[in-house]
Amino acid sequence: MLAPQLEIQLIASVIAAACALPGVFLVLRRMAMMSDAISHTVLLGIVIGFFLTRDLGSPLLFIGAALTGVLTVSLVELINRTRLVKEDAAIGLVFPVLFSIAVILISRYAGNVHLDVDAVLVGELAFAPFDRFVVFGYDIAPRALVIGVIILLLNLMFITLFYKELKLATFDVGLAASLGFAPAAIHYGLMFVVSVTAVGAFDAVGSILVVALMIAPPAAAYLLTNRLSHMIALSVGIGVISAVGGYWIAHWIDASIAGSMATMTGICFGVVFLFAPERGLVALARRHNRQRWDFAQQMLATHLLHHEGTPVADAESRIEHLTRHMRWAPAFAAQVVRRAISRGLIYQQGDMLALTEYGRRFASEAILR
Amino acid sequence: MDWHILQELFTDYTLRTVALGAATLGIISGTLGCYAVLRRQALLGDAMSHAALPGIALAFLLTGSKTPLILLLGAALAGWTATLVMMSIVRMTRIKEDTALGFVLAVFFGFGMVLLTFIQKLPNAAQAGLDSFLFGQAATLVERDVITMAGLGAVALALMLLFWKEFKLLSFDPEFGASQGFPIRLLDILLTSLVVIAIVVGLQTVGVVLMSAMIVAPAAAARQWTNRLGLMVALAGAFGGLAGIAGALISAMGRGLSTGPVIVLFISAIVLFSMLFAPNRGIVWNWLRRQRNRRRLKLEAVLGDLYALSQQHESLKHGHSIEVLRVMDARRGGVQRSLETLETRGWAQRVGVDAWTLTPEGKHRAEQAAVGRYG
Repeated sequence: MLAPQLEIQLIASVIAAACALPGVFLVLRRMAMMSDAISHTVLLGIVIGFFLTRDLGSPLLFIGAALTGVLTVSLVELINRTRLVKEDAAIGLVFPVLFSIAVILISRYAGNVHLDVDAVLVGELAFAPFDRFVVFGYDIAPRALVIGVIILLLNLMFITLFYKELKLATFDVGLAASLGFAPAAIHYGLMFVVSVTAVGAFDAVGSILVVALMIAPPAAAYLLTNRLSHMIALSVGIGVISAVGGYWIAHWIDASIAGSMATMTGICFGVVFLFAPERGLVALARRHNRQRWDFAQQMLATHLLHHEGTPVADAESRIEHLTRHMRWAPAFAAQVVRRAISRGLIYQQGDMLALTEYGRRFASEAILR
Repeated sequence: MDWHILQELFTDYTLRTVALGAATLGIISGTLGCYAVLRRQALLGDAMSHAALPGIALAFLLTGSKTPLILLLGAALAGWTATLVMMSIVRMTRIKEDTALGFVLAVFFGFGMVLLTFIQKLPNAAQAGLDSFLFGQAATLVERDVITMAGLGAVALALMLLFWKEFKLLSFDPEFGASQGFPIRLLDILLTSLVVIAIVVGLQTVGVVLMSAMIVAPAAAARQWTNRLGLMVALAGAFGGLAGIAGALISAMGRGLSTGPVIVLFISAIVLFSMLFAPNRGIVWNWLRRQRNRRRLKLEAVLGDLYALSQQHESLKHGHSIEVLRVMDARRGGVQRSLETLETRGWAQRVGVDAWTLTPEGKHRAEQAAVGRYG
């Protein structure tokens, strides 16, 4: 028996991991907004499933919801195929309709059931430990945890079984189709998985957090690596960190757990966005900076090489001359000279500059490049 | 149909307010939504409306006021920030637009939830009514809200008319606009800001989730009927306004019919109707056109075959069996029907029990068609 605090973190982590797995493929396949659409429309499936079974715990609700997810995708594609509206507009048309129908059904026929729209959008993780999964009188774990683990395992299975197919259909649809991998089947399979995940997760964390957990960690991982397998692992890791970190923030300021988890995914992404080793903003700025000095030194060396041994060499090799010829600010010119000297490209005699042997080679290579 | 409800529209204060508010929202989001749809930013509306939540919460936290104008200002600023964040992510990294949109949507909304729950635990909890922005509670609209909405909307529409030419250029050919010296970036920011206004104006009536439909649907419906921007904007405004009023009326008629969803369903029905029946673009129209073309091709084929046969004989008196024509025309079928049509048009005639030939008029037509095709 775990303490409720630990249980909440465990549930959140499991769900974060389960969401990150299909999320990677949504992000890579440019279908991220489909998760937003699906996480809203599954409500309709749940409502219809509930009307059929009159039981909020029935597995039929799951199936109904997953089917509505697939229905959403099919409707979007049906509208796309008419070419009457553009693709983004098709998504924007379909999911509000299905969501509206669900809202009306709930408020009209299920007003007194525990099925309100706020809970769907926002979720309440804090109460998850009190809803127990009991088998033969033994209290095993919170229901949300059991569901989360099942979904995580399902997603893991889907991705390991169809890893090659998913990879191919994601990066080269044409090749996948020509090799007989049925990218359409993969596509719908993935959408089914996304739907199941959305249903399983939204109960605990709400549909908006599902979107955050599906998109933000893979987006961050996408900036960190070029390898699919690494991206999946990193996404899961970032998702779990966001989940646990979000829980503690919520605990600390006494606010919505789902909301803080979503915020935390944003913070994680922000950190990666700034500090990713190769693609982060800081790395980009440093690379820019380095390239600027490199280029200036190349210019200087080429300039000296060009005039070396000519009658104007004396005039052209003065430091003051650089400010005029290259249009460099004096401070910048001095800095370039300092860097070039310390790199052994040039040496200084009085206020004249001359190339070293290394500098001469460097300059002629720079010209050829 | 309960016509009583129409009478109540003029006498019942609440119903009138809600209907006016919904109509205002429909007109504003319909007109400005056109630009979002044309510029492929349909889902930006979805992201912005979710992103407005932290703005509303922060505006309340900082000012402690629930004046609609202040809350809407907060919402607009947040929606604007979200758009900026999204665009910088797309510009500075290899992350694509859809991911950036979804990211901004979910993270801003999550942050808004944190703020909202934080506010709810404040001791002087005067936060009641804040969450009507979330899910849309048209019934909570009062006259002051509608006046604010109309005022903001009027400003936005006036700006749209003022910059009509510029926005048109921006939507269809920004590069050309830039080459002509228009400040395209500034115009882009202005137009995006107008869309943000349209969104925040609608939040209270239809809620965060359904707001995107109010941006996309009227424009998508109007697009089917015309290729002209002016007409499209006007139609979208009209569709949006109509859906607003109709939604308010229908939802007043039954229990549990929330206004937002009803408006969305109504406008979506208009979209469906437009996609099916709009002349030139509509699905039904296209299908009819395809059928007509197919018939015409079949007809021309039979006419051509009869002509080819007549060339083998001295006069048009010589009749040809339908079976011959069927063999010549093996893949197309419908020879009998084509012959009958040709007969009613006076281009072919029967000269025996199973003997068909061209009339002089038909021969002329066939020659013309041949000239048209090969000449």
